[in-house]
Amino acid sequence: MNENPVTYWDEMKRHGYSRRDFLKFCTWMTAFIGVEASGVGKVVKAMETKPRIPVVWFHFQECTCCSESFIRSSHPIVADVILDKISLDYTETLQAAAGKQAEEALHNTMKKYKGEYLMLVEGSIPTEEDGVYCCIGGRTALDIVKEAAQNAKAIIAWGSCASNGCIQSSKPNPTGATPIHKIISGKPIINVPGCPPIAEVMAGTIVYLLAFDRIPQLDGLGRPKAFYSRRVHDTCYRRPNYDAGLFVNAFDDENAKRGYCLYKMGCRGPVTYNSCAVIKWNNGVSYPIQSGHGCIGCSEAHFWDNGPFYQHLASFPGFGIETTADDIGVVVGAATVAGVAAHAISTNIRKRKLIKEGIENGSVTEKKGGE
Amino acid sequence: MERVISERVYVWQLPVRIYHWINALCVAALAVTGYLIGRPLAVQSAAEASYSYWFGQIRFIHFVAAFIFFFNFLFRIYWGFVGNKFAQWRNFIIHRKSQVQEAVDVLKIDILQTQSKPLESVGHNSLAGFTYFITFLVFLFQCITGFGMYAAMSDSWLPHMFAWIVPLMGGDFAVRQWHHVMMWFFIIFSIIHVYLVFYHDYVEGRGIISSMAGGWKFIEKKK
Repeated sequence: MNENPVTYWDEMKRHGYSRRDFLKFCTWMTAFIGVEASGVGKVVKAMETKPRIPVVWFHFQECTCCSESFIRSSHPIVADVILDKISLDYTETLQAAAGKQAEEALHNTMKKYKGEYLMLVEGSIPTEEDGVYCCIGGRTALDIVKEAAQNAKAIIAWGSCASNGCIQSSKPNPTGATPIHKIISGKPIINVPGCPPIAEVMAGTIVYLLAFDRIPQLDGLGRPKAFYSRRVHDTCYRRPNYDAGLFVNAFDDENAKRGYCLYKMGCRGPVTYNSCAVIKWNNGVSYPIQSGHGCIGCSEAHFWDNGPFYQHLASFPGFGIETTADDIGVVVGAATVAGVAAHAISTNIRKRKLIKEGIENGSVTEKKGGE
Repeated sequence: MERVISERVYVWQLPVRIYHWINALCVAALAVTGYLIGRPLAVQSAAEASYSYWFGQIRFIHFVAAFIFFFNFLFRIYWGFVGNKFAQWRNFIIHRKSQVQEAVDVLKIDILQTQSKPLESVGHNSLAGFTYFITFLVFLFQCITGFGMYAAMSDSWLPHMFAWIVPLMGGDFAVRQWHHVMMWFFIIFSIIHVYLVFYHDYVEGRGIISSMAGGWKFIEKKK
């Protein structure tokens, strides 16, 4: 570890990036994090002057798809500079160190940069049976997270696992998988959900922290507003078909060929907050809806339990897998009509005397009327 | 046989009646458009999207009706404090022993029909009143969840007052799901409500149906 603070710009120069590349990177990042154009200067300055933030990146109950996504960022500087060379002091997947060495690196960082390091967490934390379902170096994930979080400057929960539990916490959740924000309190936590999150969103979140030295503006679920304030639906290029009521009714119908809205095919775009339709995937090539498949809402909590994916309404809890609220509603409605009809018949039988009396009384009034 | 002499009682004040019918229209509009939003018609068309906007219009009607419904609902709560004794909030919450007794009586006489004797209540009987209280809770739930979802696409302050429901329920999907489920409450309620009004009119002959138009009910004159 270098004693003299090395800045990101220093590191980029060492990797042979030109000033022009550097400025392009900064401009690009500024645009992504949703800062106005005048913010470019701030980002440039931060990258030139601020020493790197020490980062520890944990992997718990997860599939590493977040890391995979991150290193495939469309901008090489992200992988090269932020992830590869500069910042990571500890990450199970990519570090060269193993075993005791790795543990040492982690502890050195936590000690040396007390209160300064950034803690990135990928994966949920099992809490059942004292957390034995995920252990690293003989300690439970629960233990490690609590210790590391104590002196972290901020925590970023990468992906749906860390920010809402994802597949591990779907029913019946045997390991008691829990997202970070439900375990740690008193630390700023940024949720960056998605399975995986978009690489540019991940990089943007880190650059924001670097450049402005504060937590980006978050929404009610702790997600950076710059990336999660719009629904996939609101930014979808098929949206005009939705408003026009032109929907795909089956994946092999004419409407599917015409590229109509996938709403009726169970597309979760209208209930999913993410930047897929804007930033897209794989260097901006495409995103699920553009490829003809509905959004499955992978950045929303409980998306595994909100199935089936190809059904617009979720199956109703406690009933068959394809039974929706509408199916149940129709049955209950029919039962109500039947009940009402039965009651009407019963009324005519059991209250016959009362009704007859009433009619007779009424008739008398009529006869004697005109008073 | 002794003839029954009726007397007229002014039960439902004009604001209550106006509230009732605005509410009925809104609920009908909201349920129909809401159902269509949840399950749009299958249109096979080669038309360009720019030619039509029917789904957008259905949503628009839903949102407009929702705003009217919401303010109408607020007004009714207000009227529960300043209206006549039949409109008072006390009729809607069972809090006295006599109300409990009345609810049991209604259950025995009108619903299960195991007893047969006339009932004394003029306005809402206590069981009906309590049912309306439940509907008010559902109104509130629909307003919160509906505006909560609407907040994401609105700048106005009103929907944003309810934006907290989305994180509380875990996301738009769950909010939407329960908003949809509750639509069925209104459908079931309407079936029973309309039936019972006919039932009371038929059995008791107090003019309960017309009371929501003119405000008058007819009760047996006490001697």
